[in-house]
Amino acid sequence: MATGIRDKVAIIGMGCSHFGERWNDGPEQLMVEAFTECLQDAGIEKTDIQAAWFGSCFDEVGVGKSALPVSLALRLPNISVTRVENYCASGTEAFRGAVYAVASGAYDIALAIGVEKLKDIGYGGLPEFSTAMGTLNQLWMANFTAPGGFAMLATSYAAKYGLDMNEVKRAMAHVSVKSHANGALNPKAHLRKPVTEEQVLNAPQIAYPLGLFDCCGVSDGSACAIVTTPEIAKSLGKKDIITVKALQLSLSNGTEFAYDWDGDHFVTTSKASAEAYKEAGIKNPREEISMMEVHDCFSITELVTMEDLHISERGKAPKDIMDGFYDLDGKVPCQVDGGLKCFGHPIGASGLRMLYEMYLQLLGRAGDRQVKDPKYGLTHNLGGFPFLNVCSIAIIGKQDV
Amino acid sequence: MAGITSFGGYIPRYRLSRMVIVQNMAWYFPVIMAVAGGEKAVANWDEDSVSMAVSAAYDCMVGHDRKELDALYFASTTMPFVDRLNAGIVASALNMRENGVSNADFASCMKAGTTAMISALDSVKAGTRKNVLVAASDQRRTKMATMFEMFYGDGAAAVLIGNKDVVADYLGSYSINCDFVDHYRGQAKEFDYGYEERWVRDIGYGKVIPEAISGFLAQSGLKIGDFAKVIYPCYFGGTHKAIAAKLGIEKGKVQNNLHAICGDTGTAHPLVMLVAALEEANPGDRLLVAGFGQGCDVLAFEVTEKIRDMKPRTGIKGSLAKRVELTNYQKFTKFRNLITADLGIRGEANPNTSLTVLWRNRKMLLGLVGVRCKKCGTPQFPVYPTCVNPRCWGVNDFEDYEFSDKEAKILMFTGDMLSPSVDPPAVYGLVAFEGGGRTMLDFTDCDLNQIKVGMKTRMSFRRRQVDSMRGFTGYFWKAVPQVEGGGE
Repeated sequence: MATGIRDKVAIIGMGCSHFGERWNDGPEQLMVEAFTECLQDAGIEKTDIQAAWFGSCFDEVGVGKSALPVSLALRLPNISVTRVENYCASGTEAFRGAVYAVASGAYDIALAIGVEKLKDIGYGGLPEFSTAMGTLNQLWMANFTAPGGFAMLATSYAAKYGLDMNEVKRAMAHVSVKSHANGALNPKAHLRKPVTEEQVLNAPQIAYPLGLFDCCGVSDGSACAIVTTPEIAKSLGKKDIITVKALQLSLSNGTEFAYDWDGDHFVTTSKASAEAYKEAGIKNPREEISMMEVHDCFSITELVTMEDLHISERGKAPKDIMDGFYDLDGKVPCQVDGGLKCFGHPIGASGLRMLYEMYLQLLGRAGDRQVKDPKYGLTHNLGGFPFLNVCSIAIIGKQDV
Repeated sequence: MAGITSFGGYIPRYRLSRMVIVQNMAWYFPVIMAVAGGEKAVANWDEDSVSMAVSAAYDCMVGHDRKELDALYFASTTMPFVDRLNAGIVASALNMRENGVSNADFASCMKAGTTAMISALDSVKAGTRKNVLVAASDQRRTKMATMFEMFYGDGAAAVLIGNKDVVADYLGSYSINCDFVDHYRGQAKEFDYGYEERWVRDIGYGKVIPEAISGFLAQSGLKIGDFAKVIYPCYFGGTHKAIAAKLGIEKGKVQNNLHAICGDTGTAHPLVMLVAALEEANPGDRLLVAGFGQGCDVLAFEVTEKIRDMKPRTGIKGSLAKRVELTNYQKFTKFRNLITADLGIRGEANPNTSLTVLWRNRKMLLGLVGVRCKKCGTPQFPVYPTCVNPRCWGVNDFEDYEFSDKEAKILMFTGDMLSPSVDPPAVYGLVAFEGGGRTMLDFTDCDLNQIKVGMKTRMSFRRRQVDSMRGFTGYFWKAVPQVEGGGE
């Protein structure tokens, strides 16, 4: 019987590039930046790495297809490198590949790296994705974008709980204000200016009811991790060993889109988080999760996700948010590094960037935004749209928690 | 007896007041002030002759089985394809049978609609066809500040020709064909080229229509006084009246040319006016309809008792009542692609339409045909080989299921300013169909501020993309939110 991934794999090094509009750097440069930090942190040689997993989403506008770009950029010693793409979960998928490879005993030391170079397309927002939907879907699917896809969730969530849209918008605004405050404390974040609730509410509308500040940054960046077994980590002299507690993935199968769903929650997140808590041995996430990095591509996504992570009760996320429950000084700080909102969202790197922050926090290296004595850090990605998506959850913590 | 067994119409909901054109363009060509009265119907940016024909055809087929159609004739001078049967697109949208039917385009002339009707009536009379749907539609682009811009409106109408439960018996027809060229549109030209109005009025409409009608009367032995309504297009108000006077038609028996509230819908117009007349007709009424263009077709009908049994439909009257003013002239010119506005780099995406994919999925893409699981009865769209119901998951055990005529309810929606659109914001959402099934669709003919979760929608066949590089026009279905009281 499967025993899950808990404590089978340790993270011995992580790196993350500065996120932002990296006009002067290509994806190769970003990967080298993250990898250099990661390798130094791990204290090993490049030749110690036996296999790598690479996450990147928009091959059309970024590095191109296959895993060759990472092998070339890092000049990896002709080792196995696997390309993974699963929308916004691509970075976490790379991590999952490397972690499972080590857990299986196939390799001792593996690398997971993600990168996305979004600011080479000449316009704001994510790259246009009509051709990425497949030859049939592009002939009929609605003319939609990422903000529009998620904006719809606010209308159905408000309808489900009988909320006035202004009420939902205020809670959404608090989500963004909190992330901007956290991002301001993070030297590697893309957006580092605090904003007020008023600014958020008065921003130009992108997709009803989302305004500009309800949408995350579109950034260039790379992040990576080197993983091994706890035993090897110890033999390498690592003291505070950070281990993987849970790794879960859940995908829509079309029921939301085509069968029965109220548009009030994420079916996949609800399932993946429950499985992740089970895998990690967490009974009461509201009490036990110390901090989170969730997929706040849009403020409404974060709001609803709080309920699907089983931390806020159904319909109660707006209240918890307004109570400061998820603020940096709240019970479960969320987006402690600024989140996608302010740290930025280079898709293929995002999952690994979230893990990077949890890793820094667990090791007490998070500087001004350090959370006091964290035990478990949860990361969450949601690729796609509320009605059709890929959700990944990772939980990491100290080995002896 | 052969005749009309059903009828329907579609006039797009936007109306452009002619005064708005005058206010914007009279500085350039003051003559347009002479016809500044009234308003014209304007197709939305996502409509064309094919999409409007589909709307009229659906309206016409209310209460009739589309599977019983054995021919579809489409008449228009503004068909999107020069080589690809445009009637075939309309037929696919209707989810018509493919085998044992004969579809055709009737083109190149303002009277193509009436000519298509004559052909349909002939074949039904001859017994070679049983149910022929004739749909006529035009959406003519005009240069700015022209009389054509003032006169032309957009619209479509459809009549079902058959010999069972006939609502208007066919009494016969008479045609004149002569190469009188009042205007023309040469191959690959965007706009009509017209000759002096005085000549068109006096030698064209004013002479040809009376000659044809007189010809019919002489042939049939009927008198003009036998007709409750005489229906003929002519957007010159004075000439329209003068024709009536010349033929001795009593006041009140001339069918309104709809110039004041719709404009001249080209090839569709004789049918649009005929449908408007049928909507008001009583059993026993005789109707005479003429189509003008390189001659003139004249057809006569007698309304039967069966007209009282027809199911309610939107028709010309209903769609004229669903009226929203387009007050912005620039918007009108952009909708007709007369001006260049930037769609942004995001709007440059222009994926090639895979013809193999279109062929395989033609029912889905043009007919909005999904499936219903034979095991659990769940309707679903789009179609995957495995049933979407998690308590079923039956594999490949489906029957066709049409969503095009189903009402739906809005589950979630947005108005998206990022999405490239000719008419931002792009409004779309997830809708749940009455009777089961749901999907995400673009919305059209709506105002974001009026949309609410739970609002009803109806499906409308629309132009989805125009690939100007390759000359391809793609279509799909959109949801039209049904605002209580008609909208805006």
